[in-house]
Amino acid sequence: MRIERIKKEEVVLESDNIDLSLIDPIITKYKNVKGNMIPILQKTQETYGYIPRAAFNKLAKETDLKLSDMYGVASFYAQFRLHPVGKHIIKVCHGTACHVQNATAITDALVEELKVKDGETTPDNLFTLESVACLGCCSLAPVMMIGNDTFGKLTGKSAVDVIRKIRETETGTPCKN
Amino acid sequence: MENTKVIVGLGSCGLAAGAGKVYEKIKQLKENQNLQFELKKTSCIGMCFREPLVEIIDNNGSYIYGDVTEATATEILEKHIQNATPIKEYVVKTDLFVTKDKNFFEGQVKIALRNCGYMDPESIEEYQARNGYKSIEKISTQNISRTEVIQTVMDSGLRGRGGGGFSTGLKWRFANNNKSDIKYIICNADEGDPGAFMDRSVLEGDPHSVLEGMIIGAYAIEASEGWIYCRAEYPLAIKRLNIAMDQARKKGYLGKNIFGIEGFDFDIHIKEGAGAFVCGEETALIASIEGQRGMPRKRPPFPAASGLWRKPTNINNVETFANIPWIILNGATAFAKYGTEKSKGTKVFALTGKIKNGGLVEVPMGITIRDIVFKLGGGIINDKKFKAVQLGGPSGGCIPEYLADTIVDYDSVNATGAIMGSGGMVVMDETTCMVDMARFFLDFTKKESCGKCTFCRIGTQRMLEILTRITEGEGKESDIDTLIELSNQIKDSSLCGLGQTAPNPVLTTIKYFKDEYEAHIRDKKCPSKSCKALLTFEIIPDKCTGCMLCKKVCPVDAIDGERKLIHVIKQEMCIKCGMCFSKCKFEAITVR
Repeated sequence: MRIERIKKEEVVLESDNIDLSLIDPIITKYKNVKGNMIPILQKTQETYGYIPRAAFNKLAKETDLKLSDMYGVASFYAQFRLHPVGKHIIKVCHGTACHVQNATAITDALVEELKVKDGETTPDNLFTLESVACLGCCSLAPVMMIGNDTFGKLTGKSAVDVIRKIRETETGTPCKN
Repeated sequence: MENTKVIVGLGSCGLAAGAGKVYEKIKQLKENQNLQFELKKTSCIGMCFREPLVEIIDNNGSYIYGDVTEATATEILEKHIQNATPIKEYVVKTDLFVTKDKNFFEGQVKIALRNCGYMDPESIEEYQARNGYKSIEKISTQNISRTEVIQTVMDSGLRGRGGGGFSTGLKWRFANNNKSDIKYIICNADEGDPGAFMDRSVLEGDPHSVLEGMIIGAYAIEASEGWIYCRAEYPLAIKRLNIAMDQARKKGYLGKNIFGIEGFDFDIHIKEGAGAFVCGEETALIASIEGQRGMPRKRPPFPAASGLWRKPTNINNVETFANIPWIILNGATAFAKYGTEKSKGTKVFALTGKIKNGGLVEVPMGITIRDIVFKLGGGIINDKKFKAVQLGGPSGGCIPEYLADTIVDYDSVNATGAIMGSGGMVVMDETTCMVDMARFFLDFTKKESCGKCTFCRIGTQRMLEILTRITEGEGKESDIDTLIELSNQIKDSSLCGLGQTAPNPVLTTIKYFKDEYEAHIRDKKCPSKSCKALLTFEIIPDKCTGCMLCKKVCPVDAIDGERKLIHVIKQEMCIKCGMCFSKCKFEAITVR
């Protein structure tokens, strides 16, 4: 049920520093174009990493799209996020090929390393852990994708090593393990 | 070595395996040592299990090197380019001598994949050099009528390669018969099947053939606008399609009065999918392009009568379009020569799972599943026992080993309860639990059900609950009957293919592996030792050396024992994580 994607919303006050003018060019480009809703939402998400509530409101005011329609579409498709995400999104593939090659072990290892559950973001906002259906690199299963980089033939340990390396680069401090 | 070419495979699998680094290394070596060869890029040739691949073409012929690393790349350049001595043991494919992987290509017939891995996908000139855009030129110069084009496609026997298996020619005829000022042609590149990557490889490796297929289709049905609905998860495919479309526009292959055909105006747009499996269904896909939630609607009217923005629309899959130019150029008979009575031509399969040679194969219809798995695929990893193949993803089913001599064609596969599907073939060995497989697919369809039809929305949820319960040792004797009953209701009461086929993985596993369900339910045992909740870990006293390693790694302190004394697992505390089992150096722990 795609309805599960709608989480009970905690009252999160969005920081005031969302620069809404960033989506002005998107509005100009797509306003009144047939079938524009998904591209507008996609570009908005590219801008902020997710679709902020304030952006929904602005789009509803300045285009002919209805707020309810936009929310309906955004909550339907797996791609859209309604909450902020970490700097690096870890997409662990749980396609059939990865599943039979034990992708669960990869997610388990990452859950333990990052101390967050599937779908959550680390408190330092560095990583968001996600499960995806199939990345299409089945012959290298199990696979995960971080940004545009794909990592194949993983084990729990090698997946954790990749994360640690990124964390090292980001924080400049070598990991204790 | 003036005319030598060095070609690096840079498809998604290649890149994931490190082909990008290999390419940079070769480029750097070429510049630093001023080596004389032409460095080029290509895409996936299908040997994903040997990625990264580097092909060297010299005066003697072609040599494809597999498993290339930066280090072996250096060695290969030194020996093969500088000293003209190929390193035979690294070569995985060549016509010049026998390689250990030669069987992978034996029996393959490349039609849809005819250019994949043989040309630079970002070069329109290379596509043209391989008969690219010759088919549409043939239509133009020989003045072949729309009806004749449709007849050729009908005669070829080509059936929809996305899984439906409907006659492509017939589909075109319907769209052609519906008169309208505007008509659309759509390429379905929303390859949502987990475990399938045929379309990605075609788009990455040969985007122009898909464009040409669409142009021919547009001509046949008089469409003026085309859409490619591509998964956003395939960034490289989208990039290469965009490059290909720009090149085609510059050459005047897209635009007004194209190929000198008066009044034939046609252009193509790309629509990035936003992640919903149900959008592989025609009417849901159309809703998605229109910018709505991708929910299917009732048919009729079929898209051929009223599709995108209520105009006649024709939708075909990537692989179907890739076949079209070849059929037009070589004729219907050449295509229909391959295959069986009702399934003509070839089919591309993505071979994955517990198979040695995982990758992409294109085989004539009529080959047996066993031949694909053992001859081309090289058999099962670690030579374990072959148990089943899963065909058709979440809509398909599992075909057991004893039916592996089933031939690959639409009707024979359907007779087993599975479906041909788009071509994902996941191979399973004795360690794969079939109940868990069924649970995995139901978990997928439950998440992907759009929620429109009650039986699909709630039925898949209930089936998943039952399957989860069984894998956790809480199964009830009546569960199998309940599953079958729910399955039939979901099949009967769902509007679209997603719901109508969602129970297939459950029904086929019950049909062929009922004993496994019963073992889970009655004996609370998982015969494949895969369902963790049903496992018991025990220490074999004779083998335990008292090294204390298992005790140390146990996360819940469920192991008792002192140094040099036999250890014991306290079953009531054990969480079955398997850490002790994987760490023990003396094979002193058994799983039952």
